Amino acid sequence: KKENMTSNSNVSNMRRLVEQLKLEASLERIKVSQAAAELQQYCHQNAAKDALLVGVPAGSNPFREPRSCNLF
Amino acid sequence: MCDQTFLAITFGPCDSCSENRPLMNLYIKTEPINYCSLCMEIMACQGLASGETLKSLKAESETLRKKLEEERKKLHDVELEKVAEKAEALGELNMKTRRTLKGHGNKVLCMDWCKDKRRIVSSSQDGKVIVWDAFTTNKEHAVTMPTTWVMACAYAPSGCAIACGGLDNKCSVYPLSLDKDENLAAKKKSVAMHTNYLSGCTFTNSDMQILTSSGDGTSALWDVESGQLLQSFHGHSADVLTLDLAPSETGNTFVSGGSDKKANVWDLRSGQNVQSFDTHDSDINCVKYYPSGDAFASASDDSTCRLFDLRADREVSIYSKDSIMFGAASVDFSLSGRLLFAGYNDYTINVWDVLKGTRVAILFGHENRVSSLRVSPDGTAFCSGSWDNTLRIWA
Repeated sequence: KKENMTSNSNVSNMRRLVEQLKLEASLERIKVSQAAAELQQYCHQNAAKDALLVGVPAGSNPFREPRSCNLF
Repeated sequence: MCDQTFLAITFGPCDSCSENRPLMNLYIKTEPINYCSLCMEIMACQGLASGETLKSLKAESETLRKKLEEERKKLHDVELEKVAEKAEALGELNMKTRRTLKGHGNKVLCMDWCKDKRRIVSSSQDGKVIVWDAFTTNKEHAVTMPTTWVMACAYAPSGCAIACGGLDNKCSVYPLSLDKDENLAAKKKSVAMHTNYLSGCTFTNSDMQILTSSGDGTSALWDVESGQLLQSFHGHSADVLTLDLAPSETGNTFVSGGSDKKANVWDLRSGQNVQSFDTHDSDINCVKYYPSGDAFASASDDSTCRLFDLRADREVSIYSKDSIMFGAASVDFSLSGRLLFAGYNDYTINVWDVLKGTRVAILFGHENRVSSLRVSPDGTAFCSGSWDNTLRIWA
């Protein structure tokens, strides 16, 4: 009976694997050229807002200021 | 019977495999059954359909694998670097350490930004979790966990709580109050329970749910209030070391990376592994989504970082140099996705041009491994945590 149980779990595992592969095979993919173009377009569209990329006007990046001193 | 109340068991011996695990409570013909998530998945696949044998299933899996490889090859018509030749070259980057956060007594293992873009939570090997104001470098809260190696910490979206965990195999949530003298440890709430160390945690879109990754090979989604396991994600064959949630606009998925060298993409609702990538040669220490949600980057012990596009379903770039021989521990993108910041075990941070695949800067400063790196929510700075016990803010 124990042998039956292990072969049952082997079958279950194989079925899980086949179901998983079927799922991955059914994925709709696009060409790398199109994917690359869209990644590039996103970078381009958001570059102006990217402070680490283009820098920001002096005074508007709180980390580039020295620490604020509280004078009482 | 509406007037009956009963306690749903959330952790205990599984009715099927007898292991002590987080349990999913389900009913089969009004009979309550407590199965662990793995046994539940197996139960759904039990029994052979007519004509199936172990042999036929094996053959089917081979055919499917071959088909997958062919499909992926067909679409590989150009390299990202070629497409990016037309992109503008980057100017000189002028980045340096603007703040150093000192206070941890041992290695900093993890850090996270608050949505307010100024507070940071960090956790260390000695069990301390500290909340900092990064503008002033003041410590706002500190709590000592009853465990060492707090490998994961996260800030709640509301800014009112933090989550952390490590060798205790749990993820606990601490509500933060404005009262600095309040004893944080007293309000601690245990949420997640794994059967091995906690490697990563993140809140989902609200303070109500937490996603965790663990050395037990699984990731899991938990309800914070009840501690109930909502969904479990099985598929890695070794420790899961990292996870990242997709940007909220792109839907309900997350990516995880593990010691099995694989990066897997999961559907949060169904628990299914929807895509898998296995081109790395060693453990994947960190995964991060590209800001548009269409790709993700990974950092690995094989000393490379890579970019995987989800819609092309393949690796599209590799960020490496012969001179970089140490593992990469952590990565994050700048706001536009053009820059990739990566922290390495050789104490440096390399800045890569994501599109062109070239390195644009090396940042020195830390005196030991860089273990954790995150860009602030508005992209004005990034923070790195290191085994030299400090955190640095760069801008």
